Amino acid sequence: MELPKFYTDLVNAVVSRAAVFVILSSVGLVLAMKYYRVLTKPKVAGPIGLGAAFLLFISFFDPQFKTVATLPDNVPIIMMVASVTFFVWVAFRQMALNDERLEKGLPPKEAEAGEVQKTFVWPDLVYIEFICLILFTVFLTVWSIALKAPLEQPANPAKTPNPSKAPWYFLGLQEMLVYFDPWIAGVLLPTMIITGLMMLPYIDKNPKGNGYYTFKERKFAISIFMYGFVVAWVLLIFMGTFLRGPNWNFFGPYEPWDIHKLEPLTNVNLSEIIYLQVLGVGMPRNWFIREIWGILLVLGYFVAMPGLLARFVPMFREFYKQLGMIRYSVFIVHLLVMGGMLIKMLLRWTINLKYLVGIPEYFFNI
Amino acid sequence: MAEVKAPEPPASSAPEPGKRKGSLLEQLWNGQIWTSIFRHGMPDTPRNRTLAIMSNVFLHLHPPKIRRSGIRMKYTWCMGGLTFFLFLVETLTGVLLMFYYRPTAEFAYADIVSLREDIPLGIMREIHRWGAHAMVITVWLHMMRVFLTGSYKPPREFNWNVGVILLVLTLLLSFTGYLLPWDQLAMWAVTVGTNMARATPVVGHEGPGASLLKLGDISLVHAGSDVRYALLGGRFVAPAALLRFYVLHCVAFPLAAATLMAVHFWRVRKDGGVSGPM
Ligand code: HEM
Repeated sequence: MELPKFYTDLVNAVVSRAAVFVILSSVGLVLAMKYYRVLTKPKVAGPIGLGAAFLLFISFFDPQFKTVATLPDNVPIIMMVASVTFFVWVAFRQMALNDERLEKGLPPKEAEAGEVQKTFVWPDLVYIEFICLILFTVFLTVWSIALKAPLEQPANPAKTPNPSKAPWYFLGLQEMLVYFDPWIAGVLLPTMIITGLMMLPYIDKNPKGNGYYTFKERKFAISIFMYGFVVAWVLLIFMGTFLRGPNWNFFGPYEPWDIHKLEPLTNVNLSEIIYLQVLGVGMPRNWFIREIWGILLVLGYFVAMPGLLARFVPMFREFYKQLGMIRYSVFIVHLLVMGGMLIKMLLRWTINLKYLVGIPEYFFNI
Repeated sequence: MAEVKAPEPPASSAPEPGKRKGSLLEQLWNGQIWTSIFRHGMPDTPRNRTLAIMSNVFLHLHPPKIRRSGIRMKYTWCMGGLTFFLFLVETLTGVLLMFYYRPTAEFAYADIVSLREDIPLGIMREIHRWGAHAMVITVWLHMMRVFLTGSYKPPREFNWNVGVILLVLTLLLSFTGYLLPWDQLAMWAVTVGTNMARATPVVGHEGPGASLLKLGDISLVHAGSDVRYALLGGRFVAPAALLRFYVLHCVAFPLAAATLMAVHFWRVRKDGGVSGPM
């Protein structure tokens, strides 16, 4: 059996570029968080889940999708996407229920008398752990019998595979290499993900929502986290696995990976746009004069913007008051870098921008 | 709750004189061998249930009693527990794999092949590999759960940070292990991954600022002296890198992770157990 052509053509046409994929999933996430109360109802979430499972199932009839999806190392990625989706639902369902209770002036479910009461770890917890352990052992054993671990040809430094992909959990960062130089995509961003996570408890001063599920009481924190984790991490991994083919070109989910697919590379630097296209005066010799506009822009974004936000946007004014100068700066820089990722991607997709600041003389490109 | 004394002898389930001896299970439970190991009677009374946890070095990771909301599957998803379980699975299967695997360019690939072809119980490599993937997934889900229940808020800020380091270690463990089969997949994935290190600001030879570090005309940071070189023990992913990754994968990172897990679990208890509404 093959999938009907109009369906595969339609999907390939819609998901035709990284831009569309990222923007669609971002919009999807925003909508899902806006309507979380309706969407998480079992009556609604059930059919959506089944629909997604059905789409996944029929996708296996497509030879291209099947080839990629059944690579042994890609099977975990499907499991990851499925389990993240499932647990996001589990969490947001409980948030929806708790938020309703909070609105009625009731405590969250976790604070009910029966729940606060202490219970014996033996046997109540120990047997839950034991059952989890048994089930997971069975699952892992079955998985291991059913699916052989991959082993390709012996390592050969002379033969570069195309595409060359990093291990799947780093594919989001590899995607960033399209938009940024390695020192940002491979060093700065991962470092800031780690420092960002580490400073989180010292930045999020909202005392509410500690120890129970709630969305209403911590909308900002949860939205940022969900964006970072679900879109910028999990979905980019999905995209890197299924939609990035030879030469790191973008392919629709049902589009055969053609090695010769050409994507026009006409990316230009900001300095070129300014001096060649707008002013038409030719590129200045001196790199500092050449890049001054980009430098000003980036400095403006990271130095002036935090101040402006703190002064004019009430939410950020509140943050500034709560956190003080230093913590506010640390927080805002992380937030701006996260936003900057998206901005740079958008600029690439819209005006083919390569670098805002491009100083190859010092390997310094932004 | 910390004040329970060691039981001598197990009080509640010792048969009283003149009473019938009880079921076989009870007899076994009260026999000398059993009581020498487990210093408590049948865990069917509050006292013995407490002792079952307190007097066992492994189980006493838990407190004897815990708030009901904290043991709900729908609250913790058992994800931290599963992650720990997977770490144990990886340790066990990893030790078995080490019996057969030699981390040299000469033998590595062939040893992996023979793991599949010649060795009884030929799914150890599979369990190890899928378990590693699963652990990466469960650790992310665990982090998401901790985040979404706000469990990083005071007093658990520090333990969240221990967790972040564990997350990094989990990824590093997985990444270093990826190279060991020494096949095309391994070599090139690690090449892509470590190429980034070249661009580390200042200390990578293609990173911004590296060209500023000079002594006269001699640049200090070049392909033969930068961080990538230190990581790989060479300019390319070559046998020296295989050995380095092997040692990191089998010794350094597991030890670090195990140590931090001990801290992590200890802190879960010290911070008041699994979080709940104040
Ligand atoms: C190897 C990795 C890890 C293991 C084995 C592990 C294990 C556990 C376990 C068994 C618990 C008890 C409650 C539960 O199961 O949810 C727990 C709690 C906790 N974990 Fe982890 N964890 C790991 C990684 C992480 C990471 C990556 C984070 C966060 C970035 C984290 C943060 C926490 C916090 C804050 C708690 C206390 C939660 C509460 O009280 O509700 N852990 N961890």
